[in-house]
Amino acid sequence: MSPRQRQKWAIFGLTGPAYAWLAVTIFLPLSAMLYCSVLDVSPLVPRPASFTLANYAAFFQKSFYLPLTWWSILLGFWTTLFCFLVGYPAAYALAKRVKGRWREALFLLIVLPFWSNALVRIFSWTMVLRQGGFLDMALHSVFPDAPAFNLLFTYPAVVIGLVHSYLPYMILTCYVSLQAIDDSLMEAARSLGAENTTVFRRVVFPLSLPGVISGAVLIFVPVIGSFMEPRILGGAKGATLGMNIEEQFTVTANWPLGAALSFTMLAIVLVIFAVLYPILKRRGVWA
Amino acid sequence: MSQVEVVGCTKRYGAIAALDNVSLKFVEGELFGLLGPSGSGKTTLLRAVAGFIDLDHGQVLLDGEDIGPIPVHKRDIGMVFQNYALFPHMTVFDNVAFGLSVRKMPAGEIKSRVDEILGLVRLGGLQERKPKQLSGGQQQRVALARALVTRPKVLLLDEPLGALDKHLREEMQVELRRIQREVGITTIFVTHDQEEAMTLSDRIAIMNQGRIEQLGPPLDVYEHPINRFAAGFLGVANFLEGRVVSVSGNEARIDLKLGGQAVAPADGYRAGDSAVLAVRPEKIGVDAGGRSAGVNQLSGKVIGAVFSGSSTTYRVQVDDQVISVFQQNSTPRRFQPDDPVTLHWSPEHNVPVAP
Repeated sequence: MSPRQRQKWAIFGLTGPAYAWLAVTIFLPLSAMLYCSVLDVSPLVPRPASFTLANYAAFFQKSFYLPLTWWSILLGFWTTLFCFLVGYPAAYALAKRVKGRWREALFLLIVLPFWSNALVRIFSWTMVLRQGGFLDMALHSVFPDAPAFNLLFTYPAVVIGLVHSYLPYMILTCYVSLQAIDDSLMEAARSLGAENTTVFRRVVFPLSLPGVISGAVLIFVPVIGSFMEPRILGGAKGATLGMNIEEQFTVTANWPLGAALSFTMLAIVLVIFAVLYPILKRRGVWA
Repeated sequence: MSQVEVVGCTKRYGAIAALDNVSLKFVEGELFGLLGPSGSGKTTLLRAVAGFIDLDHGQVLLDGEDIGPIPVHKRDIGMVFQNYALFPHMTVFDNVAFGLSVRKMPAGEIKSRVDEILGLVRLGGLQERKPKQLSGGQQQRVALARALVTRPKVLLLDEPLGALDKHLREEMQVELRRIQREVGITTIFVTHDQEEAMTLSDRIAIMNQGRIEQLGPPLDVYEHPINRFAAGFLGVANFLEGRVVSVSGNEARIDLKLGGQAVAPADGYRAGDSAVLAVRPEKIGVDAGGRSAGVNQLSGKVIGAVFSGSSTTYRVQVDDQVISVFQQNSTPRRFQPDDPVTLHWSPEHNVPVAP
């Protein structure tokens, strides 16, 4: 075997298992769902099905889907924004200011939420946010005359819960890209007459943008399809596209509609990226 | 043109003194080389001038003014970093223009200044490239242009040619020299490469363990090293130990441990002093056949011969010491290992050094 051939086989051998696994676990079920989305009855119903696009049309015909989608996208936007506002400074401090063992310890604190059960985490928030909960009690211990305080089943509660769940992604991706920035670049900028804010604005931040973008993508996409946090923390106010899809599968057993809505959502996400990509590319983020 | 002076600079990291009471004056317009092994404090000194390091003691004076309290970005220095530190997300033009745009210079003026400096470093036409698309030598030129375009008072170079291959390095040495002359800027550069230091510098300082071992024009330091470290770090030196037997006028007669005697400059010796003489390998002649030791003459046996084009390096075993000898390949005589040889040199090539 020539070295070239051997290399080919090595690549095949190394990537093969991953692709096989992805094919089985993602491609096949997704194909099944795509098939399901153009049927007129759920595969659970023992009746011969025929093909239809009605499930996709429903998205546009029913008046509540568009506001619901907009609502979900806004939720993704706010969650991503707050994750950035909270996570980026932390990542910056960890990557550029903290050295040695402290860094590891602080890192552990960030990853820790990942190790607890998501459902438990979200339910624990209800105890914090509800009237008579920890936040309310804390507020009234300082200001006894303050009006009753209840965040549970409000839009902010959903955002708080989602930010809590997804913040580590933003910190980790930003940390990686910030850490890759050579300190001599910052020194060079300073030696050229730039003060700290200018160094950050013109050198550090632009170079860390790929991390911000990947963090945003990692957060935005699952958030607009999220259903657990909106359901538990948002109640009726938290209705999202993700919740609606979940109901199609678990409550009304309308699988074809649920599947069609899922693919519609995927299409929306792709459209959003298609619009953003050229802008980001021009800014040199993906150069 | 400006003059830089450091006075009594000390910087400690724990128990280690990176700089140990260093005082030094960099003359206007000169190209000054800080030479030393890693950990000798040369980079610390450079970074102290740049303002990246807060000194424990001492002052940095720029044209007589103490710039200690002035932060880096207001010091008006130009610096070239070891890895060039070009901004990877900016074009060559934007890299070079950076220092001007943070000074809020009008765009038209920036353009003409950048074009002018890129012409000086011979990089016209590459304005729109990204650093990644440039060769090492071109990146080096961009870094130099970026540091010079703001017309700083002093230019600092940290191992400027360390990342280039040998051929390019020699080319850039010439270029660096030319550009520095043309701009006339006071320049301090750090290197661990003795050849680079000798080729480029008007003056050099040899540093070791946070102190300056010797200071002067390269030729002076090379021909008249004052101590073992300076002699051994700048170029190659053989050290001959012995004891002074007599001093007459400006000549000292020294009994060598390896046998025979050496006649050397008196250099303040008195009879009975122990002495160390440094002898450069290229000053030593080699003759066939082992004669007995005499004045400035040793006999030994060749144990190694390395041919390197224009010269051959012999390693000659004399008693328990190995002496290095360079011989130009203009002489027809070649020696093989195990050949007995006699080494000889002139009295003025015995350089007394501090042990």
